[in-house]
Amino acid sequence: MNRSVDVLIIGGGPAGLAAALALKEAGVENLLIAEREETAGGILIQCIHNGFGLQRFKEELTGPEYAERFLELARGKNIEIEPNACAIDIIDHGATKLVPLLSAARGLMLVEARAVVLAMGCRERNRGNINIPGSRPAGVMTAGAAQKMINLHGYMPGKEVVILGSGDIGLIMARRMTWEGAHVKAVIEAQPHPGGLNRNIVQCLKDFHIPLHLSHTITRINGNHRVESVDVAPLDAGQEPRPADGFNLTCDCLLLSVGLIPENELSLKAGVKLDRVTGGPLVDSSLMTSVPGVFACGNVLHVHDLADWVSEEADHCGAAVAAFLRDGPPRGKTIPVRAGNLVRYALPATVEVGKPARISLRSIAPAEQVTLQAVADTGAVLYSKKLRVVYPSVMQRVELENIPEGVASVELSFVKEDSK
Amino acid sequence: MRTELICLNCPLGCEIAVEHDDKTIVSVSGNHCKRGAAYAEQEVFNPERTVTTTVRAEGGTLELLPVKTSRPVPKAMTFKVVAAASAVTAKAPLKRGDVLLSDVAGTGADLVATRGLEV
Amino acid sequence: MTDGKFDVLIVGAGVAGAAVARRLSRYRLDVAVLEKEVDVSFGVSKANSGIVHAGFHDVPETLKGKLCQTGNRMFSQLHEELDFPFERHGELMVAFDEDELRTLQTYHRRGLQNHVPFMEMLGPDRVLELEPNLNPDIVGALHAPTAGVVCPYEYCFALIGNAVKNGVKLFTSQKVTWIGRTDDGFRVETEAGLKFKTRFVVNAAGLHADEIAKLVGLTDFKIIPRKGEEYLLDRRVGSLVRKVLFPVPTPSSKGMLVIPTVDGPVMVGPTAENIDRRDDFSTTREGLKQVFAHAQRMVPAIRSSDAITSFVGLRPVATGDDFIIGPTKVPGFINVAGIQSPGLTASPAIAELVKDILLKEGLRLEENPAYDPRARDKFVKIRGLVEVRDFAALGQVVAADPDYGKLVCRCENVTEAEIRAAVRAGHHTLDGVKFATRAGTGRCQGGFCGSRVMRIIHEETGIPIEQISKKGPGSEITPIPLLKGGRR
Repeated sequence: MNRSVDVLIIGGGPAGLAAALALKEAGVENLLIAEREETAGGILIQCIHNGFGLQRFKEELTGPEYAERFLELARGKNIEIEPNACAIDIIDHGATKLVPLLSAARGLMLVEARAVVLAMGCRERNRGNINIPGSRPAGVMTAGAAQKMINLHGYMPGKEVVILGSGDIGLIMARRMTWEGAHVKAVIEAQPHPGGLNRNIVQCLKDFHIPLHLSHTITRINGNHRVESVDVAPLDAGQEPRPADGFNLTCDCLLLSVGLIPENELSLKAGVKLDRVTGGPLVDSSLMTSVPGVFACGNVLHVHDLADWVSEEADHCGAAVAAFLRDGPPRGKTIPVRAGNLVRYALPATVEVGKPARISLRSIAPAEQVTLQAVADTGAVLYSKKLRVVYPSVMQRVELENIPEGVASVELSFVKEDSK
Repeated sequence: MRTELICLNCPLGCEIAVEHDDKTIVSVSGNHCKRGAAYAEQEVFNPERTVTTTVRAEGGTLELLPVKTSRPVPKAMTFKVVAAASAVTAKAPLKRGDVLLSDVAGTGADLVATRGLEV
Repeated sequence: MTDGKFDVLIVGAGVAGAAVARRLSRYRLDVAVLEKEVDVSFGVSKANSGIVHAGFHDVPETLKGKLCQTGNRMFSQLHEELDFPFERHGELMVAFDEDELRTLQTYHRRGLQNHVPFMEMLGPDRVLELEPNLNPDIVGALHAPTAGVVCPYEYCFALIGNAVKNGVKLFTSQKVTWIGRTDDGFRVETEAGLKFKTRFVVNAAGLHADEIAKLVGLTDFKIIPRKGEEYLLDRRVGSLVRKVLFPVPTPSSKGMLVIPTVDGPVMVGPTAENIDRRDDFSTTREGLKQVFAHAQRMVPAIRSSDAITSFVGLRPVATGDDFIIGPTKVPGFINVAGIQSPGLTASPAIAELVKDILLKEGLRLEENPAYDPRARDKFVKIRGLVEVRDFAALGQVVAADPDYGKLVCRCENVTEAEIRAAVRAGHHTLDGVKFATRAGTGRCQGGFCGSRVMRIIHEETGIPIEQISKKGPGSEITPIPLLKGGRR
């Protein structure tokens, strides 16, 4: 069975849904969301905690509530969502893209689209990626996988828990498992500062007196059939473990919250070029990838902290796709965006001269009393804002009203106050 | 005396310092907004938390229904709220926002569905 | 009371036991295979490197030397009959200096003595033409085109699957704990309480072969586990090499290799370290460093950051370092022990040898006219179709069975139909399904598909979710069911 659409959106999570709504708003009618789960909503469905929607809806919502709001809006606009449909390839046919969708209900659907929006989100970094030595017993899983088993199916992976990584997912699961009767013995974090939001340190760890060991790592997993314990060691200045100063923690469950990786295997099949730092596609200011007609937004582009910002980025992407369908790719002069002092990455990779630009970025390390700057190669300061503190785990956004003519590149940087 | 705390209201997580005695707040500093000041006062004397958990679901398309307290409840009572929730069975059909348990564990807050449960 | 009377009872369903079972299934015999783990190959064999060696490594006077090359030759027919993943692209032993070149010549001669065909010594230019990603500093290589790669557990599943179709009885989760001698054979009892009578016992018990031999009073060999760590690289790295790459070997092992596995991803390793414990399956920092240092020496593009998972195998090395295959002081008790490398390669020849031993020991071998060398439960795997973008063929597969339209493992492209088939074939653990379908072996390492596979196992077998395990009792994935009173 074949279909022809103007836009195919791969993924019906917060990014895909918002992009679809923006497209409808811009007058694009023939669009389809391919959603691999039974229900759309993406990862939000299992994020039963609150903290979503403060910006988007001016209310504090849980993940499912945020998702349902979008699903209702989508239903209201008659946005077509094909459930249980998994895209297995993207073939670039120039003016159109061919995307085979594997679906039980429809068989193999070949969708031909004038534009494709990549909204596949991300996957979790796992034990194999970080090579924790030791055996491979049951009871070791990523925090998100545990979240799914607990929140969607009602099964706990263990009762004596250690969590590696203090990112938000790990912190949230520390609280969740404690509330469901587990004893979370410790959270182990390799960096000297926590990975997740301050408020999660309070409401997920401090509230429950769960110790947080900063600058520590797990050097060995013990136990053959099931986890029995983990060896924990402090890290020295060169990030090398000092096992002699370490300790052993008995446990029957080890959760890993060690980072998210944008899920771009499909993008690679389409020939999309990826940014080595973000793991997501290199895009221009319309969020179009290196393959004309293929766009990206949300966690597949770069990992976000807030679903609200995912939706905003997707709004922008949807509008840009509509413009692309109407007028073709942006024709203005594009100039590179560079990551300067203390900047880990800045996105998009290029911006258009004579147009406004929104740049998202992250610092490479925590820093206090810095000025976030966008400076043109001409020396003109296009943006400057003093910040009390920046963390790698909190994304920054810079809105530029206009990239002036004559500018050949823009550099984003965090300038320390004392170095001025 | 002085209590230092982190505001939970929004992701900014301002570090707030509160000067107070046993019963009254003398001063609050470090907050970026009024909600932070209000939070700080509450947190020092009557800390509260919103509880999010799941309840068993029946007759619908889900095995479990996610729920939350309709407003924050005393921090000391969160485990009681979770225990009360574990005795609840949500029966389809239900809408997001429907009350599953009024005055859950005597906190004055309701336990409400955060997702619809379709038949 | 007996759970079965058999002519031959094989202890262990690894490559050796499985190959013997399949070989004997050609005859009118009652054969039983007892495997102590919950699934076939779950002992030593699942961690095998999966190489079908050419046969020039081992000394001709040893059983290893005699059987390796014979086994190698037999693989083509076995593959044709049983259709497990197997490819013959050859192997290269590379040299970095004149000394090593001379060593290569020693192996060349040894290969000739072992009747290994088509070997050739190659100069660096030719080698780099064959393998452009090799370190350009190499000075030459010994090329053996008859070497290949195989999926070790799929090979086991195929052997046992065919054996069972031809009448062999498989008993899993049956650890042999007692063997008593009778007038006409043996009584064998398992930990789970099953009791068997048999005329012959074939001891193919891998890491525990010495313990099984001890049950009948034989103590003339010990098994010393030799640990090997291996690391699998992300598919995204590409194939990097076409042939299995060997360095010049050490006294205790063939060395740390770069292996283009038959399923695609590059594998590096193994280490070789004698250990005391038979239950130490831990990878180590030092092991990782060693493996990648050696791998990078041969293929400089390899980086440890490309690893997506690792595993450990324990080679069951017997006293004397050779295979121990033969009758013993105890009539009817046949040892098939010490099956370390090149055990997998030699396995078809080992099976042949064991059949001959049994014949000599008095077992009557009458051909079974109903024997079908190809009979197997097989299922279509769509992975290959997705890889070559044959969507027409894929569409037909889905149209014929909509369960092929439900993608479960998106990293390796495995569908619900395949997983159901694997479960129906007897794989009730996550590892079992993983080995039979590849679901969970990809870049997300089961993060996405794990809960789905569990649901399918539950639906097909009725096993409660909280009892579904990674590799048998004690390794349950989510042992606490919150809705069944597991809540606080």
